[in-house]
Amino acid sequence: MTAVEIAAGVRAGTTTARQVLESHLSAIAARDPELHAFNLVITDEARQAADAVDLLVAKGADPGPLAGVPVALKDNMCTRGVPTTCSSRILEGWRPPYDATVVERIVAAGGIVVGKTNLDEFAMGSSTENSAFGPTRNPHDLTRVPGGSSGGSAAAVAAGFAPLALGSDTGGSIRQPAALCGVVGMKPTYGVVSRYGLVAFASSLDQIGPFATTVEDAALLLEVTGGHDPRDSTSLDRSAPAVVQEVRKGVEGLRVGVVRELLEGVDPDVAARVHDVADALTAAGAKVDDASVPATVYGVSAYYLIAPAEASSNLARYDGVRYGARVDGPDINAMYGATRAAGFGPEVKRRIMLGTYALSAGYYDAYYGQAQRTRTLIIRDFDAAYERFDVLLSPTSPTTAFEFGAKSDPLTMYLSDVCTIPSNLAGHPAISVPFRTDGAGLPVGVQVMAPALGEPVMFRVAAAIERAAQSGGDQ
Amino acid sequence: MPERLTREDVAHVAYLARLDITDDEIELYTEQLAAVLDHAADVAALDTSGVPPTAHPLPISNVLRDDVVTPSLDRDEVLAQAPAVEDQRFRVPRILGEAP
Repeated sequence: MTAVEIAAGVRAGTTTARQVLESHLSAIAARDPELHAFNLVITDEARQAADAVDLLVAKGADPGPLAGVPVALKDNMCTRGVPTTCSSRILEGWRPPYDATVVERIVAAGGIVVGKTNLDEFAMGSSTENSAFGPTRNPHDLTRVPGGSSGGSAAAVAAGFAPLALGSDTGGSIRQPAALCGVVGMKPTYGVVSRYGLVAFASSLDQIGPFATTVEDAALLLEVTGGHDPRDSTSLDRSAPAVVQEVRKGVEGLRVGVVRELLEGVDPDVAARVHDVADALTAAGAKVDDASVPATVYGVSAYYLIAPAEASSNLARYDGVRYGARVDGPDINAMYGATRAAGFGPEVKRRIMLGTYALSAGYYDAYYGQAQRTRTLIIRDFDAAYERFDVLLSPTSPTTAFEFGAKSDPLTMYLSDVCTIPSNLAGHPAISVPFRTDGAGLPVGVQVMAPALGEPVMFRVAAAIERAAQSGGDQ
Repeated sequence: MPERLTREDVAHVAYLARLDITDDEIELYTEQLAAVLDHAADVAALDTSGVPPTAHPLPISNVLRDDVVTPSLDRDEVLAQAPAVEDQRFRVPRILGEAP
């Protein structure tokens, strides 16, 4: 059942939140031992929350638009009193003293938080192989990665452990795992969803967004979680975009650009699905044409200077003083060095050092400064493209799900983010919609990008792609 | 273009970032970070004269709130998460050269 169906059933009294929860807990118990989507399943708290929702319904009250809907949270979102690890040894055992804003909003809407999902340590990675607690496996093929960094959330939704999940997307960490696991994943415009209580990675890029099995469900979770939050100074001073109403509108007359640069070097099967989507949108009445956003080819280089630079600053807080692990030493510098050496995994160390270097005297302008100016060039090229087009289309990931260990070289892994990074650098919304499979039967994701606050038109196009995928066609 | 990253650079940034690393790690990270920086040479070489930097995607600055008292985190709850506490404070190893 979709989240929309569950909430309708619970509100109408045709099912109960507890029944819905128990069926999902059974699915988790049956299959999560082999998938490892969750770092933690919070069974008791979830049952109490579900019973509370059922009590509200029994009293004639409305629990809200997520009534009884199980929701999985990426384990970098704070949950009061419930361990929040970021899949890092350095936060093992930490219990946050507060809830993230998104958690408060899900609970206020009647949603049931079922657990915390696995991720690449501190959201740094594209395969979930960088988790200190072991990787998550792709539900479609256990020998393959689910993508990352929100691989646990993507796998949880794909495996039916929860109809909805939240992830965070700094360079594609929602959209890429959504593509590799065959579910919908969406990154909002920067500032639409509060980052309060999201453990910071790269603060000018991070956004929380939904995973779902349908475009409408993703729209519902965006509406529930979005909107201004005074506790996040980068939160936009406006209400959440109204997107659920968009999914039943058509795409007649919409201008769709297929981004030439983001099809270069892409697996032929993936490129073929993008062209299939372009044809399907044309058939649905959209005007589809070739588009160019030239500076996107510099996205990976700019991102892997900017994001590590911001991370090196953000992760300075893990110092063994206020929370988390500590390895003692004779003086404070020895304690810092030993704590951080023991607490962080190799990828996090790599990024901290890369960022520290990019920001250091003598290199700041050549690397970090140049990356920031390149970011401006990418935004300008997007602005020019959006004068001609309402939305842009590309693959989400240049490949389908790859095997464990296939990208052990860091730079090779970084290049898998080529299609998703540009939207983060620009602060624009983007969504990955599953569209059929490659020759091996693995899911393919197609990305729809839109200008800032273009979520409504983006959801219209995403829903049209979903309808085309369901119609089967000649595939 | 800046010169290529050296082992000494890696040892220095590890020190700046307060990360104890072994000689083997210095070797590995020097090679891996140099590969990433080589890839970034395309950005380092771009002609960006006259292009302003983008530090943040939103044109906002100095977000202010009303000066009213709101609840803070509970001190005991916060201190309960610390590795070491003494007299309602975070306890740390010695910072200067004073006696322990």
